[in-house]
Amino acid sequence: MKFEYTISNLNFSTAGEASSNIKKVLKLLGIDSKIIRRAAIATYEAEINIAIHSHGGKIILYIEEDSIKITAIDKGPGIENIELAMKEGYSTATHEIREMGFGAGMGLPNIKKCSNEFSITSEFGKYTKLEITIFI
Amino acid sequence: MNLNQIIKEINCNIITGEIQNINNFTRACSSDLMSDVLAFIKDDHTLLITGLCNQQVIRTAEMIDLKLIIFVRGKKPTEDIIEMADENDIILLSTNISMFDATGILYQKGMRGIRV
Repeated sequence: MKFEYTISNLNFSTAGEASSNIKKVLKLLGIDSKIIRRAAIATYEAEINIAIHSHGGKIILYIEEDSIKITAIDKGPGIENIELAMKEGYSTATHEIREMGFGAGMGLPNIKKCSNEFSITSEFGKYTKLEITIFI
Repeated sequence: MNLNQIIKEINCNIITGEIQNINNFTRACSSDLMSDVLAFIKDDHTLLITGLCNQQVIRTAEMIDLKLIIFVRGKKPTEDIIEMADENDIILLSTNISMFDATGILYQKGMRGIRV
């Protein structure tokens, strides 16, 4: 099964709608609540990242027999130093974003912790792509 | 602690939600940082104490199945935030006291923090 969601970078207040929908889909499928929780946290952090850091993007959910795969891909600006971006506490977020409760440099490490497999690729100036796999 | 005790101890206004005495909350997390809330709250008997008052607080609670949010320092959510909480069966309370005081009072009454 495949579900695709377009994520806007223009409206922070609507960020999370895709994650909310994904959580409902997983619930309907009767997936274990602990697995759903991990998938929800990872998707939500990825969605927030697209909303606050990128020029917009999308989240694609693939549900397979033994795993949930979430791909989050945006249209740039890309990450210059991925190693630094993965470090807890490192963030390029603005003061406004921090005031809204995010941007403390916890998002990517949180996503990795929730995943069984995690990869991040980025081309500076072009895109960032996260691939998250959670075994069911 | 049950909900009625919590409301009484820190003098909360009920913003929305059905108040039942059966709700039993054992742990609380006081934070304005939603990434930490997502990372550290492990069970749904935890309540969230926060001074942050926007849609993302409700989304965060939804993602990790939190059932109770207490806004401190007199913060009042807007109608769209309340609606979002209703859709997800999340109870919203508000108190005029500070996060430090709300946390301290509940701790004194037996509430404990999250395990980090």
